[in-house]
Amino acid sequence: MSLDSLMDPLLDPTGEREAVARPRLARPKSLDGLTVGVLDISKVRGDVFVEEVATLLEGRGIAVKRYRKPTVARTAPKAIEQAIVEEVDVVVEGLAD
Amino acid sequence: MEENGLVAIVKRDCPTCVMVAPVLAEILQRNDLKVYSQDDPSFPEGIDGVADDTALDASYRLNIEIVPTLVRFENGVEVDRTYGWDRGAWEQVAGATGLGADLPDFKPGCGALNQDQDRLAELRIRHGDTPMISRLVPLGEKEDAIEACFERGWSDGLPVVPPTQTRVLAMLEGTTRAADEVLGLMPSNLDTCTVEKVAINAVMAGCRPEYLPVVLAAIEAVLDEDYCLHGTLATTRFVGPVVIVNGPIAQQIGMNGKGNALGQGNRANATIGRAVQLAIRNIGGGKPQGVDRATLGNPGKLSYCFCEDEEGSAWTPLVVDRGLAAGTNAVTVFAGYGLQGVIDDKARSPEELVQTFATCLHAVDNIHKIPGPDCLLVVCPEHERTLMEGGWDKARLHTEIMDRMQRPAEDVMRGAHGMAEGVPAKMAGKTVPKLLPNGLLIVRAGGGAGKFSGIIAGWTPGTPESSRPVTKEIKT
Repeated sequence: MSLDSLMDPLLDPTGEREAVARPRLARPKSLDGLTVGVLDISKVRGDVFVEEVATLLEGRGIAVKRYRKPTVARTAPKAIEQAIVEEVDVVVEGLAD
Repeated sequence: MEENGLVAIVKRDCPTCVMVAPVLAEILQRNDLKVYSQDDPSFPEGIDGVADDTALDASYRLNIEIVPTLVRFENGVEVDRTYGWDRGAWEQVAGATGLGADLPDFKPGCGALNQDQDRLAELRIRHGDTPMISRLVPLGEKEDAIEACFERGWSDGLPVVPPTQTRVLAMLEGTTRAADEVLGLMPSNLDTCTVEKVAINAVMAGCRPEYLPVVLAAIEAVLDEDYCLHGTLATTRFVGPVVIVNGPIAQQIGMNGKGNALGQGNRANATIGRAVQLAIRNIGGGKPQGVDRATLGNPGKLSYCFCEDEEGSAWTPLVVDRGLAAGTNAVTVFAGYGLQGVIDDKARSPEELVQTFATCLHAVDNIHKIPGPDCLLVVCPEHERTLMEGGWDKARLHTEIMDRMQRPAEDVMRGAHGMAEGVPAKMAGKTVPKLLPNGLLIVRAGGGAGKFSGIIAGWTPGTPESSRPVTKEIKT
């Protein structure tokens, strides 16, 4: 992305020790010992997909927690976001039908 | 800009430009002429190839101040220019005679759009003509700038003003000091603290540019070894920098030293103190639960700044006590916390009132914690009046308080009054001082009604290795 394409970049107020770009969370090397969340966003047949993923993971002895958004049309309620952040290490969701 | 021949800069919204439009057509018949229009490329009508300079880039490069301006270039170098309408000058620049025969000899021009303050800042940024060298942090197209500042950890918990280049450039106009001037190394990271970095944090705090000299002086003060910034930051105790401003600048920038001086509601008070804390946080890395190990902290760590009510007081101001001349613009920083109210409605004599001040000072931190921390006593106007009517000036008050700060060790000994805290038993038979000899500052502030003074307690007893108050002159 060139700077010209941006409206108003900000000047860094810090001692510039950390990178400007925020790094993505590192992907875990293994799911052993982790809890995986599956999020059904209420997209058509998304429930089938995430349930299949959940079953496969559980078959490998991995802990799974299931979440469901009330509607695909809106962002997830804060309570679901917070539950996912607190309860699981990794999330799988079905984004499209 | 590849220029040869004549260049004219005009705008439609200028009667002189409208008047000289036929002259431009005359010149164009005989000379090579390029016309730039600042506001409307369809102006002047009847001239082909008018360049659209609504972005003002050509005007900026040519440093146009007045329209119309006529410039002659030879081999890419400017050799002559005139502005407004002056027939003789135009004929000289254009190398022609008989221009605008039916026009008056002279008519002044109008201000060029590229000199408008807001447009000029935008142009300086676009052309890279700014003194800022901090790296740019790009935002996503749909990223909210205020939220982005929170997410990057730049905020003290309240929304900050996003530090755009335009705002920082405007902030730097508040000082004549160079943006790259180094004020010092900011603990705890010991990263370089420049005027520019302080200006960025002052923008975020909500300062106006004219506050910047005060913020810079306060930063110089906390960076002074005597202030002991790292220690006051990393302590588990309560303190943060309390900033007291003296001198005419306080009134010039609209600070409040009168009613609610230590409270909310005044932009200069609130944002100068906040800028100091944001700079410590962002440049020095002093974040709560990180380097800042405060157990409770205090609300003043968001901002703690006020000015002394010099014009409302008969006393010498703090700046004189600190060794500078009266009327000097200066900042004093004191590592302090909270406000312990000192209420005395009944005292009608200095002798009665000083007993109240001294007794309350003994209570700071813990009446058995002795010696206690340095203290800043903020005397309200009604209490000052009681003292003045009894013939006491500030120096007398200081002496009389210090005379009352000694305590028999038995009164404050471990175990006395059922309290475990206190001085050790080996001190029996001695007196112990609550305040060390240089441990008391006195300032005058507050509203006209109410016998309510206050004590701002400090960090620890002010030994040389502790934090000492620091006063710095404000440089504009």
